[in-house]
Amino acid sequence: MSKFEINRRGLLKSTAAAGAGLALPTMFTSSAWSAGYLNEPKGSTVTFGFNVPQTGAYADEGADELRAYELAVEHINGEGDGGMLNTFSSKALQGNGVNGKKVVFVTGDTQTKSDAARASAKRMIEKDGAIMITGGSSSGVAIAVQGLCQDAGVIFMAGLTHSNDTTGKDKRANGFRHFFNTEMSGAALAPVLKNNYGSDRVAYHLTADYTWGWSQEGSIKKYTEALGWKTAAAVRTPLGAGDFSQYITPVLNSGADVLVLNHYGRDMVNSLTQAVQFGLRDKQVNGKDFAIVVPLYSRLMAQGAGENVKGIFGSTNWHWSLQDEGSKAFVKSFGQKYGFPPSQAAHTCYSQAILYADACQRAGTFMPSGVGAALEGFEFDGLGNGPTEYRAADHQCFKDVLVVKGKENPSSKFDVLEVVEVTPRAQVEYPADMLGGELGPYNNGA
Amino acid sequence: MKMFSMDKKDILLFLCFSVAVLTGPIILEPFGAGYPDLLQKFAIFGIFALGFNILFGLTGYLSFGHAAFLGMGSYTAVWTFKLLSMNPIPAIVFATVMGGLFAALIGFISLRRSGIYFSILTLAFAQMSYNLAYSVLTPITNGETGLQLNQADPRVLDVMFGRDYGAVLPSSDFFGLDMTGYPGFYFCGIVLIICFFIAMRIFRSPFGMMLRAIKSNQNRMNYTGFNTRPYTLAAFVISGMYAGLAGGLMAVTDPLAGAERMQWTASGEVVLMTILGGAGTLLGPVIGAGAIKYFENIFSAFNEGILMGIYDFLPETLQHIMVSVSGLFVGEGWHLTLGALFMLIVIFLPGGLMEGFNRIKTLVTNRTGGGSDGAATPAAAE
Repeated sequence: MSKFEINRRGLLKSTAAAGAGLALPTMFTSSAWSAGYLNEPKGSTVTFGFNVPQTGAYADEGADELRAYELAVEHINGEGDGGMLNTFSSKALQGNGVNGKKVVFVTGDTQTKSDAARASAKRMIEKDGAIMITGGSSSGVAIAVQGLCQDAGVIFMAGLTHSNDTTGKDKRANGFRHFFNTEMSGAALAPVLKNNYGSDRVAYHLTADYTWGWSQEGSIKKYTEALGWKTAAAVRTPLGAGDFSQYITPVLNSGADVLVLNHYGRDMVNSLTQAVQFGLRDKQVNGKDFAIVVPLYSRLMAQGAGENVKGIFGSTNWHWSLQDEGSKAFVKSFGQKYGFPPSQAAHTCYSQAILYADACQRAGTFMPSGVGAALEGFEFDGLGNGPTEYRAADHQCFKDVLVVKGKENPSSKFDVLEVVEVTPRAQVEYPADMLGGELGPYNNGA
Repeated sequence: MKMFSMDKKDILLFLCFSVAVLTGPIILEPFGAGYPDLLQKFAIFGIFALGFNILFGLTGYLSFGHAAFLGMGSYTAVWTFKLLSMNPIPAIVFATVMGGLFAALIGFISLRRSGIYFSILTLAFAQMSYNLAYSVLTPITNGETGLQLNQADPRVLDVMFGRDYGAVLPSSDFFGLDMTGYPGFYFCGIVLIICFFIAMRIFRSPFGMMLRAIKSNQNRMNYTGFNTRPYTLAAFVISGMYAGLAGGLMAVTDPLAGAERMQWTASGEVVLMTILGGAGTLLGPVIGAGAIKYFENIFSAFNEGILMGIYDFLPETLQHIMVSVSGLFVGEGWHLTLGALFMLIVIFLPGGLMEGFNRIKTLVTNRTGGGSDGAATPAAAE
């Protein structure tokens, strides 16, 4: 029984240490309770929380997002060349921080897991006093963190999240999304597919078996079937399957002549590579050339798939080769700082940080309800997507959608996608109540 | 009062533990860990590891699937919130019961084997549960997005007692006391203290002795005509109930249940916690749980800016070198630090952190000439 004696003594010692700790003045005297809203900045700085995947499957996207956030903070504080602040239609930000306070930031690792993401968001809110949380590289995580921010009473500016649910079924008053969604991808892609492949096609879907995949599959089906396409089958594949050969072999015998890959990240890289290696694109089915479509493209993924993306259609939120003033300014300042062009994840995160800071400045406060009111119905331009509106009814940005194609003759390893068409905003707009869900009231915390 | 007749040392240990838990916010403040969410995590994973230790520490059965019970508890608790009431009591009661039932089912099958076969079986069951929760059972679990509360949930009991949450999303409350922030921590802390007490009683009971006997030589037990299965199953179910309770508390402090709570990495984490702290000791698993959660939340948040601040006193070139070297071990490199620490502990302190404490203790007593412990017994941890 000697071990318990040892424990007791060890414990006595630690209790003594605890006594010393007791003497320390603690946070119970915190002034947080008297504030008008949670984490109201009292000093000369205001803290933003950047919650991105630093480990796990989306670590590449996360790293790029973090670079963009750091750049945005520099520009808001008046360092660097100002980037898209110079082209942004709202001139409220003066390059001296927000509401006279210098912006500082804290970071956290979401690990692309809802629990870890919520834990790190909570740390930033409870310990570091973050006034706003932004980031996310997958819809599950974004929705989970959005719910947390609603409960806690801070604004959430969603990063890369493409599922309809983020501003549909699971929308929250404190959450805002700049990125587009699967509904818009479907609406934008369908006409291009019709022009290139005709209206008499049979599609075969391979879908990542989780909410985003289903959302994507549903939207593409809806819009292609409206064109007159048929759907031969929609097969669900487990996330992170690695080997897709068993799913690709049956495609040729199904009578389908188009393969739609509702995959993202490494899944997309693997499934596309294998589909091309199996020679699908060289086949002729129903007298037509076999085609592959990847509804959601990102440059990082296209780079991963290399040669195989050539000539394959998809949609994207933004691409660095765009020639408007905003995009050029952003690519220039990002390139100067990091030496390579930004991804669409970086672009949406940069924009979100700027949009939030601008809204605070215009509202003259950081209070979530005030900032939200400033963002609702806000129309702006000069952030790389042309004229854009933050719709009040669901806190979703509406803007033009890019339809892109894998470039046949890339000039560099970053130059893998070319813009085929810019689908105008009117064509991808849908009624706010179509996706269900309820915003509810703002929560200011405290 | 017979039931509470405890050894004096145990009473002292229990009291010290309770005081340490309840003063947690103050003790941990200097380490940057004194904020509610992390404190809640300490308490919750402490319970999880305590329960795991009843199985692994006492019987030696290494389960690689305990996260399944944790996830089960979370889903049950969130569904209780949705259907019955936002009060945490029904939620954790149902979570514990469901954790136990699920453990009985899996244990009944897996415990037919021991050693590595048992570990693989539990791992397989947990991974199966994870995949079911992630996609197949999406109507119940809401898949990847995770199960969340809704304004439109029925909440039968709340409606019956005339509780109306209005248009805002409700959060769980204990008869009006909101279960987020410090009240949430104290709720978890008190449950942890109760769990610690129960674990202590189990360790000291004849039942606990029987479990230790199974660990030291199960064959011999069988040869003497003793049926060990009911004992191992009971230990498995108890630790499943602890896990279910921990999962339920996770949902109480943060009403969301996601499938990744069931993933094998989560199962592995509790094994790490127990071994890091000291398997088979009472306090070890709780300390191990705290250490891992501390690393995950505090080390992962160090970025370049913070490091620059730490090395501010050095000349600039040296500062940059130090920042880039230590940058490898913090931020996204926190796994590396944890891995290195784990290796060091397993190699030099096979009994976990508790063995380390005991060695320091022995060193101090020997130097001061106390030595009343007789032979220095670092064998505290099996």
